[in-house]
Amino acid sequence: MLDAIGVASPAELFEQIPEPLRLDRPLELPDGLGEAEVFERLSALAEHNVDAEGEACFIGAGMYDHYVPAIVDAITSRSEFLTPYTPYQPEISQGGLQAMFEFQTAMSELTGLPVSSAGLYEGPSSVASAGYLAIGATKRRRFVVSRGLHPHSREALTTYSAGYGAEVVEVGVEGGLTDAAQLAAAVDGETAAVFLQTPNFLGGVEDVEALGAAAKEHGALLVVACDPIALSVLKPPGECGADIALGEGQPLGNRLDFGGPSFGFFCATEGQIRRMPGRIAGETTDVDGRRGFVLALQTREQHIRREKATNNICTAQALNALAAMVHLAWLGRRGFRELGELLVRRTAYARERLAAVDGVELLHEAPAVREFAVRLEAPVEAVLDFCAERGIAAGYPLGREYPEHPDGLLVAITERRSREQIDELAEVLAEAISTLRGSFGTSEVTKEPRNGAIR
Amino acid sequence: MALTETPMQAERARTIFEKSKPGRRAAVLPAAGVPERPLEELIPARLLRAEPPRLPEIAEPEIVRHYNRLSRRNFDLDTGFYPLGSCTMKHNPRLNEGVAALPGHARLHPAQDPKRAQGALELMWLLQRSLAEICGLPHVSLQPSAGSHGELAGLLLTRAYHADRGEERTKVLAPDTSHGTNPASVSMAGYEVVKVATNERGGVEMDDLRAKVDGEVACLMLTNPNTLGVFDENIAEIAALIHEAGGTLYYDGANLNAVMGHSRPGDMGFDIVHVNLHKSFSQPHGGGGPGAGPIAVSDRIEPYLPRPQVVRREGDNGHGPSFDLDHERPKSIGRLRGFQGNFGVFVRSYAYILSLGADGLAEASETAVLNANYLKARLAEGRAGKHLPIAFERHCMHEFVLSGKPMKRELGLATLDLAKRLLDFGFHPPTVYFPLLVEEALMVEPTETETKESLDAFADAVERILAEAESDPEVAKQAPYTTPVRRLDEVKATRHPVVRQQL
Repeated sequence: MLDAIGVASPAELFEQIPEPLRLDRPLELPDGLGEAEVFERLSALAEHNVDAEGEACFIGAGMYDHYVPAIVDAITSRSEFLTPYTPYQPEISQGGLQAMFEFQTAMSELTGLPVSSAGLYEGPSSVASAGYLAIGATKRRRFVVSRGLHPHSREALTTYSAGYGAEVVEVGVEGGLTDAAQLAAAVDGETAAVFLQTPNFLGGVEDVEALGAAAKEHGALLVVACDPIALSVLKPPGECGADIALGEGQPLGNRLDFGGPSFGFFCATEGQIRRMPGRIAGETTDVDGRRGFVLALQTREQHIRREKATNNICTAQALNALAAMVHLAWLGRRGFRELGELLVRRTAYARERLAAVDGVELLHEAPAVREFAVRLEAPVEAVLDFCAERGIAAGYPLGREYPEHPDGLLVAITERRSREQIDELAEVLAEAISTLRGSFGTSEVTKEPRNGAIR
Repeated sequence: MALTETPMQAERARTIFEKSKPGRRAAVLPAAGVPERPLEELIPARLLRAEPPRLPEIAEPEIVRHYNRLSRRNFDLDTGFYPLGSCTMKHNPRLNEGVAALPGHARLHPAQDPKRAQGALELMWLLQRSLAEICGLPHVSLQPSAGSHGELAGLLLTRAYHADRGEERTKVLAPDTSHGTNPASVSMAGYEVVKVATNERGGVEMDDLRAKVDGEVACLMLTNPNTLGVFDENIAEIAALIHEAGGTLYYDGANLNAVMGHSRPGDMGFDIVHVNLHKSFSQPHGGGGPGAGPIAVSDRIEPYLPRPQVVRREGDNGHGPSFDLDHERPKSIGRLRGFQGNFGVFVRSYAYILSLGADGLAEASETAVLNANYLKARLAEGRAGKHLPIAFERHCMHEFVLSGKPMKRELGLATLDLAKRLLDFGFHPPTVYFPLLVEEALMVEPTETETKESLDAFADAVERILAEAESDPEVAKQAPYTTPVRRLDEVKATRHPVVRQQL
């Protein structure tokens, strides 16, 4: 090979790098390891985590411990789906492109909106991308955002807004639901978009149609973030006046993976199709008239439009979106509905069961699908530690992101959380609170709960 | 060319929705085990949907068969050579899939208390330290979800850095050879993009750069080696120019695979680097995601990094060190996304770094550069050398760019035709029509995980296609013939978009 190139050694090829910029020492990294050693090393790290296999996980906050059917792994681990690049050569990418088209159809059905992207990074950054779309569509630079929108979504929107130049105005949540009067007062002729979430972060099912009226009145886009599993029972955002419905896709066929990779879904009205972020598969025909699929509307995208692109994103999280499609096909029309009903009923049961515990009260009584918020009469972090000792991850503490609810705990239900586990949660919570009640203000538990790792 | 349909072509595409039959199903859900109350009792009827979404009704064997058949309509890296320039299609070790799937990783909730996620945080910290060493920059955030997300992060960091100094700058420079994501990210970050010309060696045209650098310039975004596959020898001078003007220097890490263990962006003077874990660090591309785009930065940029940041805390009272998520970062640009980033990708990439080690990473880059130069030499011979000359005649790094301009003029064959004909020979074509600077461009990146035999076979196929075109260019112009579908009408898909199935 060196002869063909005409050099004496590979090092000669690196001589185009100016000598002072060549690293004159090995990287300070360990020597390479064999496969078995790498496996052992990473297994050992994994064992220092407490995962949802080792405890009953009632944590949600946008990502949920759902059962992922075995066929999802079987299909997504096939080389033909796992190892190709983005389908730039459609003639040899029909499998992936058709899967995208099917996924788009499914998400369009779920949200009740006609146009779906093939997938974005994940939930909160999809919200921020909707902001960029709204600025392009309305030429306005002000967002009105419900405090019921996931705190990570609100923060990502604010982070992006510092770049594309927009103001973010927050509207409060009262009784578990977005304050309608405050929202109506905040929306004006300068508002590019109104952002809602249903069920909202505290679990309350919003009346999107009623809240969205203010956006319609002032010509702002209505952006609705939603839990895709909740769309099995809730009225689709497209039927409630939403211009954009989006969200975190993890609950559909994707693992928890400590937060990713998953995907974001993004659906919109026909009128926004040329402003959509990300890849979109479209149906077409080949030279002989056979049905086929391609990446459609590429003229929106960065590799064609460069600085005029509707977004900078290139990924479609294609493998994660495929997992979602397989999960949805496995659930099917009836199974999907049954899953939603199961969650609503178990959640109602859990809510009543926990509310009956001495020292626990509901933070709000708004309708819920699969997650609800309670107030604890003992320091939340200490209660969570107590429950963890008993093999229960009791929920998500609200204090950091909702300082108005320092005693708040968000509890999530999936089909993996059985009635027995819910009963056990109630019992352990009761015990924890009776033990820890009155320990407010004692610095150890409340102030530095994050020290002293278990190693 | 006889146009008899292959069996796969004869099988017309049918979606899973078209295979649906009322009453069929796969899932069996657990019994609720709680009172079966009517939904309307729990959620007001006006908030409920009248009809369930029209998902397919189909049994498990048919779902499996449907997606298996779809998978056979894909070409993939495990099947054949995939020299897609700038995409680094290197082998994806299956070990990495195995360790990512361990329940301690795969079923770990992202909001698990850091006390009970010490292994995950330690892994993230170790990956941060490894990437910092590879990039030659001391601080790393793993949060960005992809290269373009890292670019946006880098530009927002630049904005925050300047704002903190009371400066407001409006322009970002990028060479005309840059990836499309660069200018797209610049616009999203609220800057105006200014193009910088390329010189006759394929590097930045210094006079043009000097003319464009002023106090309005926030940042220069550069890929080095660049998209022409050549190392910009003037990088030190470029860095000095930008730094003197108060700007930041951003490194698009798409081509890091050329220099791992040989040269470090931090030592070249870059302030911010993104790393595509799905390129250099072997995360499978998944047919278009997932990936991850961590960023490494210099000290002066560190205060603005996204939050939360993974930190290591020394233990007291005889305890070992512990790991935590630091949310208290007052100057941070904030979150770019939910939770901590694409952790599953971090596991795979860290497994890759552990497998290769310091020497292995350097050897990977060396072999990638060797393979690229060998294939370049092979394609400089015979008909390829005549019809597809190299765009910039010099040793390349990990990839190189050919121009199909003579081929088009002499044989009437566009780069697209050559690409489509390669499909019939069982190869994924190189990246085509990029970089924009080179007419009829073909950008070839073989990577280090290909054998000499693969490279030779590819060069032989190009030679055969060109020989064939000398006698009958129509063969390539009508290609492909053997793929599941033949050339597709992309214009129609954009003019009259059909983006979902009507049910």
